[in-house]
Amino acid sequence: MNIDPNAVEEAARELYIRALKILPPDIKEGFDRLSERETSDTGKAVLGTMIQNIAVAEDTNNLLCQDTGVPIYNVIVGRNVQFDGAMLKEAIRKGCERATTEHPLRSSVVHPLTRKNNHTSTGVRVPVIHFDYDDTTDELRLEMIPKGSGSENNSWLRMAIPAEGVDAVKAFVVDRVLEAGGKTCPPTIVGVGVGGTSELCMHMAKMAATRPLGSHCQDPEGRKLEEELSAVVNELGVGAQGLGGDSTAFAVHVELAATHITMNPVAVNMQCHSARRASARFTPEGVTYGF
Amino acid sequence: MAHHDITTPVSEETIRSWRVNDTVTLNGTLFGIRDATQIHMFDRGRTTHFDLNGHAVIHTAPNVRKVEKSDEYPAGYAPVCIGTTTSARMERFTRPLMEQYGVRMIIGKGGLLNDSLQAFQDLGGVYLAIVGGTAALETTWVEAIEDVDLDDLNPESLWKFRIKGFGPLLVAMDSTGNSLYDHVREEGAKRRDAVLASLGVASR
Repeated sequence: MNIDPNAVEEAARELYIRALKILPPDIKEGFDRLSERETSDTGKAVLGTMIQNIAVAEDTNNLLCQDTGVPIYNVIVGRNVQFDGAMLKEAIRKGCERATTEHPLRSSVVHPLTRKNNHTSTGVRVPVIHFDYDDTTDELRLEMIPKGSGSENNSWLRMAIPAEGVDAVKAFVVDRVLEAGGKTCPPTIVGVGVGGTSELCMHMAKMAATRPLGSHCQDPEGRKLEEELSAVVNELGVGAQGLGGDSTAFAVHVELAATHITMNPVAVNMQCHSARRASARFTPEGVTYGF
Repeated sequence: MAHHDITTPVSEETIRSWRVNDTVTLNGTLFGIRDATQIHMFDRGRTTHFDLNGHAVIHTAPNVRKVEKSDEYPAGYAPVCIGTTTSARMERFTRPLMEQYGVRMIIGKGGLLNDSLQAFQDLGGVYLAIVGGTAALETTWVEAIEDVDLDDLNPESLWKFRIKGFGPLLVAMDSTGNSLYDHVREEGAKRRDAVLASLGVASR
């Protein structure tokens, strides 16, 4: 299958706007689950407002949250998919810029030193574009994540050592959830990266924070760890918006990678309750949109 | 736990009567302010011609559309999506906002810290928690963008909104030194060891 860069540009534009407006069904179900077991009156009221907001955004065709985030595009390439890589990157960038100027959206992206805003949501190395490959499909999948800053500002990496064991990982996650408090716009998805190198560990934390609720770590030990942490994270009392209660997180997700004999890295990245993402599938029949 | 439905600006006496867990709905004028706005106002010597005395500021940078100036759009901006950002980054600006401009209410999410709580006590102010990430709803409480200042910082300009039924907001930090965020932090610290023990982690 050959990929037309114009179709990619159009999809990159469409995905940014869709992601900002329509919350994925797994997150909506996550809200229902938390609401059922919330015991705090404040927590119930806060969750109720969040659920109301999802409906208002859909009814008024508006953005769920004003934070248009840092745009991230994940390209997952199946077998026998052909394209000009440089053109594909340029198409994604143009689509991202067009979403910003045509909708219009607030450009939340600035130069890190001059703080200059181009009002295009793009800049040096932004949008962030990741490529990965999947030998189980013949499709190209384009995923868009507008990563809000409230949650992104709460990102941590710790190069723990082997003598500290898995305990270091667990304690790090618990302490970072407490430290973040309401700043991350809880309930969150707590993303945890374990192992790898420093940048891979951080990247895995982001992958974990942005994958659908109900999905699991592919590694059985990783899955066990995320289930253990998910079971207790709501005992910490942080609650929705950090105002107390039982709704600190929808879940804790773990991704892991092999690491060095001397290393035991752990990273945490969180996704806010407006856990937005959208995706497009490119097949020979055309483009279909989903989450 | 009283509810206060008020039109801005408000007096120090009124603000000092509010307590945490009260709820507030605002009408009238609301000012939007953000990181860059305050960095320029308090670190780079810039000033605003707006009168913020007795008013509320909200930690925001909105999505707007540039339009022709008209009665409906007096500032030449139509609101698209107006929401609230994390307050803690702007902690150090609370006192100068209150001392130099007479601001009485700060609206935000995630809470402010000890210096702000002290400023609320010393000068008569409150922190009003809005539900972060619910900007579509919040936008329906904004009638118009009435005016804008420091607009070279767009979207982090100083915005003047006309609002109606803006809330309910939760008084989360009051002028008597009470902060809901402190309660949650203390409670979390108490629960930490039990949670770690249940994970089989020796307390450290």
